[in-house]
Amino acid sequence: MKKNLRVKSSKFIDETYRIGFKFNGIKYYGFKGDTLASALIANDIHLVGRSFKYHRPRGIMTAGSEEPNAIIQLHNNSSRTEPNVRATEVEIYEGLEASSQNCWPSVNFDIGGINNFLSPILPAGFYYKTFMWPANFWEKYEYFIRKSAGLGKSPTEPDPDIYEHRYIHCDVLVIGAGISGIIAAKISAKKGFKTLLVDENPYLGGSTIIQNSEFFKLNNQTSGSWLEKEINEIKKIDNLEIKTRTSVAAYHGYNFLLARENLTDHLPIENRKNKTRQRLLKIRAKKVITATGAIERPLIFNNNDRPGILLSSAIKKYADLYGVSCGEKNIFLTNNDSAYEAAISLIQKGINVAAIVDNREQVDSKLLYEVEKNNTKVFKGFTVTDTFGYKRINKIQIMQLSKDGQKVVGSKINLSCDCLGISGGWTPAIHLYTQSGGKLKFREEDQVFIPKNQSLDHLSVGSCNGDMTLNEIMTNLLKDLKLFLDINDTDYENIEVLSCFNQSKRNIWLLPSDKNLGKTKPFVDYQNDATAKDIKLALREGFRSIEHVKRYTTTGMGTDQGKLGNMHALGIISETAGAKMGELGTTTFRPPYTPLTFGTIVGRNVGEFFDTFRKTPMHDWHVKNKAKFENVGQWKRAWYYPKNNESMHQTVQRESKAARDSAGILDASTLGKIDIQGTDASEFLNRVYTNAWSKLAIGKCRYGLMLNEDGMVYDDGVTTRLGENHYIMTTTTGGAATVMGKLEDYLQTEWPELDVYLTSVTDQFATASVCGPNSKKIISKIFPNLDLSDGNFPHMSFKNTKIGNISCRVMRISFTGELSFEINVQANYAKSMWEKCIEAGKEFNITPYGTETMHLLRAEKGFIIVGQDTDATMTPIDLQMDWIVSKKKYDFIGKRSLYRSDTIREDRKQLVGLLTENPKEVLEEGAQIVTDIKKLPIEMIGHVTSSYYSPNLDKSIALGVVKGGKNLIGKKLIIPMENKNINVTVADPVFLDKENKRLNA
Amino acid sequence: MFVINCPYCGEREQSEFKAGGEAHIVRPKQPTELSDDQWAEYLFMRKNIKGIQYERWNHAHGCRKWFNMVRDTSNDKIKAVYKMGEEPPTE
Ligand SMILES: [Zn+2]
Repeated sequence: MKKNLRVKSSKFIDETYRIGFKFNGIKYYGFKGDTLASALIANDIHLVGRSFKYHRPRGIMTAGSEEPNAIIQLHNNSSRTEPNVRATEVEIYEGLEASSQNCWPSVNFDIGGINNFLSPILPAGFYYKTFMWPANFWEKYEYFIRKSAGLGKSPTEPDPDIYEHRYIHCDVLVIGAGISGIIAAKISAKKGFKTLLVDENPYLGGSTIIQNSEFFKLNNQTSGSWLEKEINEIKKIDNLEIKTRTSVAAYHGYNFLLARENLTDHLPIENRKNKTRQRLLKIRAKKVITATGAIERPLIFNNNDRPGILLSSAIKKYADLYGVSCGEKNIFLTNNDSAYEAAISLIQKGINVAAIVDNREQVDSKLLYEVEKNNTKVFKGFTVTDTFGYKRINKIQIMQLSKDGQKVVGSKINLSCDCLGISGGWTPAIHLYTQSGGKLKFREEDQVFIPKNQSLDHLSVGSCNGDMTLNEIMTNLLKDLKLFLDINDTDYENIEVLSCFNQSKRNIWLLPSDKNLGKTKPFVDYQNDATAKDIKLALREGFRSIEHVKRYTTTGMGTDQGKLGNMHALGIISETAGAKMGELGTTTFRPPYTPLTFGTIVGRNVGEFFDTFRKTPMHDWHVKNKAKFENVGQWKRAWYYPKNNESMHQTVQRESKAARDSAGILDASTLGKIDIQGTDASEFLNRVYTNAWSKLAIGKCRYGLMLNEDGMVYDDGVTTRLGENHYIMTTTTGGAATVMGKLEDYLQTEWPELDVYLTSVTDQFATASVCGPNSKKIISKIFPNLDLSDGNFPHMSFKNTKIGNISCRVMRISFTGELSFEINVQANYAKSMWEKCIEAGKEFNITPYGTETMHLLRAEKGFIIVGQDTDATMTPIDLQMDWIVSKKKYDFIGKRSLYRSDTIREDRKQLVGLLTENPKEVLEEGAQIVTDIKKLPIEMIGHVTSSYYSPNLDKSIALGVVKGGKNLIGKKLIIPMENKNINVTVADPVFLDKENKRLNA
Repeated sequence: MFVINCPYCGEREQSEFKAGGEAHIVRPKQPTELSDDQWAEYLFMRKNIKGIQYERWNHAHGCRKWFNMVRDTSNDKIKAVYKMGEEPPTE
């Protein structure tokens, strides 16, 4: 018969609103207000997954974001599928489908469960020890490990949901809307501060809002009903913004925080259309108050991981908030008063509490007397030594603890149960505080880490600050807030507080069993299956640092980052190694506090908005003429223009030949352009380029090479003198921004005395480069009044001219070795200018060519491309460009470095040409160059940097860098490839027209 | 992420700025007169201090001005910002 585990209607659950959902393919019902976990428990389902390593059956353990076990997959086989979701955080909605994820073939029959029986041979570091050797076997091991230990499936289709980012600036951010957060937010907002209150839950009030007990009162009302009134009040305050379902993921320096606001995950799927699913809030707060509460600790004892074993606070929350009983025969194991709070809640609702096993020997607690009054047996000074029941706990074995708590004594007592609540006290949730750089101190009395000091811009309040009782919370909260917010008094000065919580605790990190530790399974990290044994083994094997033990045993390395068990791991290390807790330190809690979806992280920056790209004014023409594009920096550059199903190779061969035989045209608009003006402009160029500029006549152009201070080539380009104090510099496409930045840097910091002004005009001008033997005829058609004779307009000169009323700067410069003209116009006229060139060139078969042909043409001439033929280790001397380095100039950027002992070495890698023995064989760029393939290890003496098949020379050509290459001209070298060795001869890097006759053809 | 007080613009998000390494390393006026070791000292040697460090920063996505910053690298607190050419604050 189906059990009715709904015990009493809760005001947080709407029992008139029934919701159907599926778990592992079976349909169940819950109510509005349920989480997946509470709805499953109401259906008497505790077994929800298998553990990572041993595949042990695992049940729901908590009722919050710290959940280690109930990790499920949402929406199977859909683009919305999401792994690693905590069932304790999922609010159910009509149509929800979820499944267990770490089990195969099913949660009830799991093949990997055999690992549980093999566990004696699966100790800590097993994976490291076993699968690391032989290293190349890893692939084979991995297949089986992955198959049986899947951690969920990622979606295979694009995420259909909408995400966004939002910036929020506020005076005070309060994280956590429990009693401390509510009071802090109210005081802050009433003082006039623009306040933001966030909480990860869908409701406000934390654990206090469900506190409906005579033993905890404020102003003579139960603390829950007192807080409810406060909540109703703060909702009316204008300058207080409240965000629920909002989890702070990261707390960075300068009070910069990231939070995820969940907007639609609780809605039925059909109500989510066109709505933003999740929002990443980027919060900059003047002051931050963390009121993140505390997380209940489990206890570490033999077989403490069976389904049906939950934190006592979770059992209380399921009963009080969701009206669900976790079992019909409940037992608690505790070392403090918390379990009694939970027991009283259950008793109030008529749920059976069979017994409480308390580690403490003597307890003077009102809560305990109340429980005993209700005929619940309390075993004082006892502990659980074992548990039974494979898929659900059905029995525990208890024994008396010895005086020192290290052993158990007396006889074994068996108690049957279907639910065991455990409480090991509380751990302040200091995760966000430490993320922000906050340091911790250890408090011996109750063995907790608490914030060491408060700062002017951050305050921890409530139980995350180590205040565990209502009295402590109220006293310290008000005192600290007044100081932090600089106020004199609050509405709460004379509040009456009643708290019956006895703070005594008997802390035993690893509870003893009658069995030898080696025969027991006391889990410390549930998600990663790390036991106390593993930690002790790591210590025996010599690990001492907590960070090392963590990685070796994988304790705290699950998606929950060990929110439950980390303290016990530390405690066991400290006891075993004889070190003090306070001195061991803790592991680092890294953002995000709970996992974030990728969608939230990227927001709207998906698809075409992933990155911005830049288009030249001629872009549409290229598209229309079927260009293929290449990304160069952020630019889309025309790469090649295939015709009639041509391959890329065929296209490039055709374009290259046309450019040399008749005419070609290239969109060169992407080159960086910097306008340089000022009386010291010439001197400035002298200092930033390797060659001399003072004598460059107005109207002339010059090629320049720019170095870094370390002597290595940084950028190159042609600079034109437009006037006495006016130059226009071109840079490489990719280098435009960094060159500009570097020039500004020198002007502002090293040479502020120079009268020079720099303006980036890359976007303001666009450029068409017309080259080839017929280029002069084409240019003369466009500019009929321009004297294009070599005398009036020689190579490396410039003219200001016009097309109609449009001003043009025409440069006669060449990157192809052909006679060539570059027309620069204001960008908005560029497309019509381009079309004019195409029109004028028609009779000469003017051929538009892209970057690939440009690269081929320049390689034929041995012109370098910075960044392709150079990396950050090539000097101009290495490039055989000694001619461009001025011997006369006293200084320029990088000059001194050109004769450092290292840069003058003869055997540096130097740029050379490479010709293959078989002229049809084209080398692979990046291929290694060697001299001797017989001598092992083979010495690599260089690599291929550029390689093409030249249609104009009808042979393969390549550039490469080779150690001592300048002195190897004519020498044979070998390029070993995967299945052949290619013989090459070192050659002059200029393959075509060494005499530069074509420039004046 | 820092909030940086640009001496020209005021407080801005760190994402608008670019870090430029150690401050107050003056480019030698006569590099050719330096030995390899002396030049290497200028070229390569940089401090990496845990504590008070003097750094160059550039308001790259703002006024594009370079300026100096005094930062405590142990806690990322910015102690001072000052313009290029100004003396570093003594305290
Ligand atoms: Zn600025």
